[in-house]
Amino acid sequence: MSTYLVRRFFLMLLTLLGMSVIIFVMLRLVPGNIADIMFDSAGFVDPAAKARIEAELGLNLPIPVQYAHWMGGLLTGDLGISYVSEMPTVDELAPRIPITAKLAALALFFSVLFGLPLGVISAVKQDTALDYALRVVSLSGLSLPSFWLALLILMAFVTYFGAIPIYTEPPANLWDELLLYSVPAAAVGFRSSALIMRLTRSSMLEVLRQDYIRTARSKGASENAINYHHALKNAVLPVVTIIGIEAAFLIGGLVITETVFNIPGVAHFLVEAILKRDYPIVQNLVMLIAVVVVVCNFIVDLTYAALDPRIKYAD
Amino acid sequence: MTDIDHRAELVRAGAFVEGRWGALLFFIRRYPLGAAGAAIMIVFLLAAIFANFIAPLDPLQTKASASLAAPDATHLLGADKMGRDMFSRIIYGARVSLIVAVTSTLLGGIIGVLLGLMSGYLLGWFDLLTQRLIDIMQALPLLVMALVMAATLGPSIENTIIAIAIPLVPHAARVVRSSTLSLREMPFIEAARAGGMREMRIAIRHILPNTLAPLIVLFTAQLGSAILVEASLSFLGLGVPEPHPSWGRMLSESAAEYVRSAPWLVIFPGIAISLAVFGTNLLGDALRDMLDPRQRS
Repeated sequence: MSTYLVRRFFLMLLTLLGMSVIIFVMLRLVPGNIADIMFDSAGFVDPAAKARIEAELGLNLPIPVQYAHWMGGLLTGDLGISYVSEMPTVDELAPRIPITAKLAALALFFSVLFGLPLGVISAVKQDTALDYALRVVSLSGLSLPSFWLALLILMAFVTYFGAIPIYTEPPANLWDELLLYSVPAAAVGFRSSALIMRLTRSSMLEVLRQDYIRTARSKGASENAINYHHALKNAVLPVVTIIGIEAAFLIGGLVITETVFNIPGVAHFLVEAILKRDYPIVQNLVMLIAVVVVVCNFIVDLTYAALDPRIKYAD
Repeated sequence: MTDIDHRAELVRAGAFVEGRWGALLFFIRRYPLGAAGAAIMIVFLLAAIFANFIAPLDPLQTKASASLAAPDATHLLGADKMGRDMFSRIIYGARVSLIVAVTSTLLGGIIGVLLGLMSGYLLGWFDLLTQRLIDIMQALPLLVMALVMAATLGPSIENTIIAIAIPLVPHAARVVRSSTLSLREMPFIEAARAGGMREMRIAIRHILPNTLAPLIVLFTAQLGSAILVEASLSFLGLGVPEPHPSWGRMLSESAAEYVRSAPWLVIFPGIAISLAVFGTNLLGDALRDMLDPRQRS
C-alpha cells in the first residue's frame, strides 16, 4: 500500500509537470503577445517602445528561460504580475478562490442530496412510470446547457422579482450568502445531480442482480432491508468515485455559470484572462485547476480503498 | 425428447424479428426512448442537410425594420437585434452545430482509437508514454481544456473542431486500450498469429472490430458533449465566429439584456441545443442497453 502511494504521488507530480510544460508552450504559440495587442489598438507601432515593454515583461527571453522563471516563481510563491491589472497574480486570485470553492461545494451538496436518493428510487422501481420519468429528468439534466439553464433562471428572476441577483458585492450575512449562492449552485449542480442519479441507478441495478441479494431474499429479509442495507452499501462505491471526480470537474461548468451570473470567482476570471491574453493569470489558474483535479482523483483512490475491503493496492 | 418450437418461444417472448422492418419495429418496441432519440437526431440531420430548402429566409440577411421583432407569421420565432430571422438561423445553426460536433467526435475518436489500439497492443515504452500523456490531458475538465485550446488557436470553424476533438481523445484511447489488453490474450489472436498473420493486420482485422461495441456507445455520448462544448465555446465568444449562425453565440448575443425585452431570443436557441443533445443521449442510452448485456433487466 505505501509503495503504491509513493508511486501514485510521483505520477501525480509528473502529470502536473507535464501539464505545466504543455500549457506554457501552448500559450506562447499564440500568434501575437500582449505587447502586439496593446499596440494593435493604438493603431501604430513604435518598435522601440514595443521592445521595451517586451523586455519589461520578459517576453524577449527564450521560452525555456521564461519557463524556468515561472517554475522558480511557483516554488517561492511568486506567481508573477498580471499584464492587465499589473497586480501580483496571487493578490488577484486569492480573493476569488473562496467564491468558486463555496459555489462548487454547494453545487456538490445539492447534487448528492437529490441525485443519490432519486437514483436509488429509480433502480428499485425499475421500468415503472416513475423510473421512466426520473430517467427522462436525469437525461435532460445532462442535455440542458448550463448557460441556458442559468439564463432561464435569470429570466424567472426578472419575471417574479423584477431584478436579477447581484454578485459583485459581498453578501451581508451568512444566510444571505447561502441564499444568493444557491441559485447559481443549483444551475451548475443540476448536471452533476443527473450524473449521480444515473450512476446510482445503474450501480444499484447491477448489485441487485448479485447472488448475495438472492441469498438475503431467500433468508427472508424484507425488501427495505435488501434495498437499503445489502444493496445500497455496495452500490454506493462507484458513486463515491464520480462524486470525487465531479468535485473537480464542476469548475468546467462554473466557467459558464459564473460568467452568466457575473460572479467574481476564479472560473469567470479564467475566461476574462483568456480573452485578454493575460498569460500569468491563465497559466497559474490552469495549473491550479489541474492540481485540484489531480488531488481529487488521488483522494478518490484512497477513499475507494478505505471503503472497499476487496481492493488492496498490491505492488 | 420434445421438440422446441423456437419461433413460438420467440413470439411469446415478444422478440420474434423478421426482416429489416421487423428489426426496426422491434427496436422501437424494446427501446421506445432510444427510438425517440433516433427520431430527434434524424430531424436535426435533415434540417442540417436541407437547410437551404427549409429555412424561409436568408439567415444572414439583416433588416432594420425587423429588429427584435416578436414571433409572427413572417418571423416564426422572431428576429434578432439585426433583424435576422431566428427560425432560419436556428435551421442553419443545426448545420454548423452538427458539422462541428460530428467532425470533432470523429477526429478525436480516430486519434483516440489509434492511440489506444497501439498502446494496448504494443505495450512497452509506447504504452508508458501514451498513458502519461493521457493522464496529463485528463487533468483538466473538458471545457477548460477546449477553452484554452480554442483561445490559442483563434476563432474559426476548423480550430473549434480541433479544440473540441483533442480533449475527446483520452476517453476513446482508454476504452480501446482496456478492451485491447483483454483481447490480445484471447485464443483467436494466438490462432491468427500461429497462422502467420502480421501484427499490424491482427490489430486492425481482429482486435479493432471487437472493440466496436463500447466505442459506438462512447461516440454517441461524445457527440452530445461535443454539441454542448461547441455551444459553450461559441457562447463565450471563443468558438464558431461570425457570420456562421451558431446556437451558442445566438444565446450570448441575446444574453442578459434581452432576458427582459426579447425572451424568444433566449428560449429558442436553447431549446435547439437541449433537444439535439437530449436526442443523442436517449439514443446513446438505448445503444448501451443493447450492446452491454449487464445492464439488461
